[in-house]
Amino acid sequence: MKYQSQKVAKPYFIAALALFVGQIVFGLIAGLQYLHGTFLFPELPFDVTRMSHTNLLIVWLLMTFMGAAYFIVPEEAQTELYSPRLALVTFWVFLIAAALTIVAYLFVDYAHLAAITGNAILPTMGRGYLEQPLPTKIGIVLVALSLLFNVTMTLIKGRKTSINLILVGSLWGLALLFLPAFYFPHDTVKASYAWWWVVHGWVEGDWELILGALLGFILIKMTGVDREIVEKWLYIIVAMTLISGLIGIGHHYYYTGAPSYWIWLGSIFSALEPIPFILLIAFSFKMLLQRRREHPNKAAMLWALGTPIMAFLGAGLWGFMITLAPAQYYMHGTNFTAAHGHLAFFGAYAMISLAIISYAMPLLRGRTANSAAAQRWEIAGFWIMVLSMLGIALALTGAGIVTVILQRAADDPMPFMQVQDKARVFFWVREFAGVGFFIGLLVYLRSFFIAGEYEYASEMKQALAA
Amino acid sequence: MQQVFTKAMARNIFLGGAVFFLAIYLALSYDTWQRIPERDHADKMTSAVLRGKYLLDSNDCIGCHTVNGEGAYFAPELANVYKRRGPVFIKAWIEAQPTGVPGRRQMPNFHFTQNQLDDLVAYLQWLSNIDTNNWPPNIQG
Ligand code: HEM
Ligand code: HEM
Ligand SMILES: [Fe+2]
Repeated sequence: MKYQSQKVAKPYFIAALALFVGQIVFGLIAGLQYLHGTFLFPELPFDVTRMSHTNLLIVWLLMTFMGAAYFIVPEEAQTELYSPRLALVTFWVFLIAAALTIVAYLFVDYAHLAAITGNAILPTMGRGYLEQPLPTKIGIVLVALSLLFNVTMTLIKGRKTSINLILVGSLWGLALLFLPAFYFPHDTVKASYAWWWVVHGWVEGDWELILGALLGFILIKMTGVDREIVEKWLYIIVAMTLISGLIGIGHHYYYTGAPSYWIWLGSIFSALEPIPFILLIAFSFKMLLQRRREHPNKAAMLWALGTPIMAFLGAGLWGFMITLAPAQYYMHGTNFTAAHGHLAFFGAYAMISLAIISYAMPLLRGRTANSAAAQRWEIAGFWIMVLSMLGIALALTGAGIVTVILQRAADDPMPFMQVQDKARVFFWVREFAGVGFFIGLLVYLRSFFIAGEYEYASEMKQALAA
Repeated sequence: MQQVFTKAMARNIFLGGAVFFLAIYLALSYDTWQRIPERDHADKMTSAVLRGKYLLDSNDCIGCHTVNGEGAYFAPELANVYKRRGPVFIKAWIEAQPTGVPGRRQMPNFHFTQNQLDDLVAYLQWLSNIDTNNWPPNIQG
C-alpha cells in the first residue's frame, strides 16, 4: 500500500464479505423452500427469500467494486484519494441503506412497501434484481455519484494509466446503466427490453471492463510484467466484450415480444461473447509464464487465475449452451438459466471480488502476504467453494434437462409443478452442494483470523528441506 | 508484433468498436420500438390492463413465476396462463391461496378485491396475445 487514503477500502471489503454470508444464507433458505414449500411460510415467502439473496449479491459485489476503486485508483494515479472522508461517509450511507432495505423486505409486505415508498408515483418495483423501493434506488444513485466524483477527481490530478481509465470509465458506465431502473414503461414488452439494458448491460458489458481492470491491476502487481503488454491485452479484451455484447443483447429478445430479426442478430453476436473470456484465460496465463517475480501471496494468485477459468465456464460455456435461438426455445426460463446465472456470477464477479480482496487485504493490514497457515485456509476455501459451485451448476443443469424433456419438448407435455416433482433429486443435490459452498465460505473466512504475516526465511527453509 | 500492433491501436479498436456497435444497437432499438405496439397489441392496453400490470409488479409475482420466461423458476409461466386455465379458474385459484398442503410450494394470499382480480385477469389476457415467435413451445409454458 503506497498511499494512506487507500485504507478506506478496508471497511468496504469487510462489509462485502459480511453481506456475502447473508447472500448465501438466503440462498440456502430458498433452496430448501424449493424442496419443502412450507418452510418459513408465510413469514418468509419464496420471493422475499429470493430478492434478499439476489440483492445481497449485487450489493456485496458493488461494495467490492467500490472498495477496489478506492484502493486502485490512487495507487495507479500515484496520488492520494481526492477525499477519503467522503469515501468513508459514502460507505456508511451505502451499508445502512442496504441493511434497511433487506430489513424492509423481511418485515414489510412487498405491496405495502411499494405503497409507502411512492411506487405509485414513479413505479420501479417488481422487476428482477431491481426490486428495491424508490428511496433505495435514489440512494444508490447518490452513492454512485459520490464514488464517481471522488475517483474522477483523483484521476484528474494524477497519472492517467489505461487501467485507471478503463476502471473509472466503467464505473461511469455502471452508474449510467443503472438509470433505466427508473424507466418502467407500461408496455410489458418494452419494459422487458429496457430491463436488459441494466442486467445484460452490466454483466455482459460494463462489468467485464471492471473485471478486466481489476485482473490487469492484480497481475501487474503480482507478476511484475510490463504495463504496456498488460494494457494492450486489456484493450483487446474489452473491445471484444463490446463488439460481441452490444448486439449480443439480442439473445434476450427472441421470445419476449421483440421483432424476429433479433433471432438472427442475437444468435450471431452472442455466440461471439465467449471470446473475451477465452482471451482473459490466455492473457492471465501468459502473464503468469512471463512473471518476473514470485509474489508470496499464493492465494491471491490462485483467485486471479481461477477467475478467468470459472468465468469462461459459467459465462462462456454455460452461456453459449442457452444462447442460440433454437436451443433457447426449449431452455428459456428454466433452471438452465439459473445454472448459468450461478456459475457466471460466481466465476466472474464473485471470484474477481475475492481476488482483489485477497490481494489487497493483507496490504491493508500492513503485510505483503498472510502467513502460510492463513493462506492454506484461504486456498482450501477457494477449492471448496469452486467445486461446490460446479456442483450447484450441474444440479441445476440436471433440473433444466428434466424440464426440457418432460415439459418443453414432450409430445404430451407435463404440467410445471409435476415436472418440478420429477426434478426433486437435482434440487436436493443443489442444496447439499449449497451447504458445501457455505462450509467453503466459512473456511475461507477463517483464514482472516489466523494471525501473522508471511515469513520469507522460514518458508524458504521449509522449501529447501522438502 | 509488439511494434506493429501498439497499445494505441488496441485502444482505438475498443473505442471505435464500442461507438460503432452502440450506434447500430440504438438504430435497431428505434426500429424495435416502432414495431412492438403491433406485436403486443398495445392498442388493447386498457386501463384495466394497466391496473392489472401494476398489481402484478407491486406484488412481485415474478419473484416466483416467469412472464415470457423472465423472472423466477419456482412457479409456472404466467404469460400464457390465461390460455392454459381461463379467467374463472385463475380468480378462484388466487383467492384459494395458500393451499397449506404440507411441504408443497406455497403462494401467498394477496387479499385482492373482485375488481382487482378482474384487472389482473385483463392483464393476463393481454399478455397471452403477445407475438413471442411461438414461444412457449406448448401450453404448459
Ligand atoms: C459473467 C458474465 C455473465 C453473467 C454474470 C451472466 C448472468 C446471467 C443471469 C443472472 C441470467 C438470468 C437473468 C434473469 O434473471 O432472467 C442470464 C441470462 C442469460 N445469459 Fe448470461 N451471464 C453472463 C454472460 C453470458 C454470456 C457470455 C452469454 C452467451 C454466450 C450469456 C447468455 C445468456 C442467455 C442466453 C440468457 C437468457 C437465458 C434465458 O433465456 O432464460 N450470458 N445471464
Ligand atoms: C448456497 C448456495 C446457493 C443456493 C442454495 C442458491 C439458491 C438460489 C435459489 C433457490 C435461487 C432462485 C432460483 C429461482 O428463481 O427459482 C437463486 C437465484 C440466484 N442466485 Fe443463488 N444460491 C446460492 C449461491 C449463489 C451464489 C454464490 C451466487 C453468485 C455468486 C448466486 C447467484 C444467484 C443469482 C444470480 C440468482 C438469480 C438467477 C436467475 O434469475 O437465473 N447464488 N439462488
Ligand atoms: Fe445477456
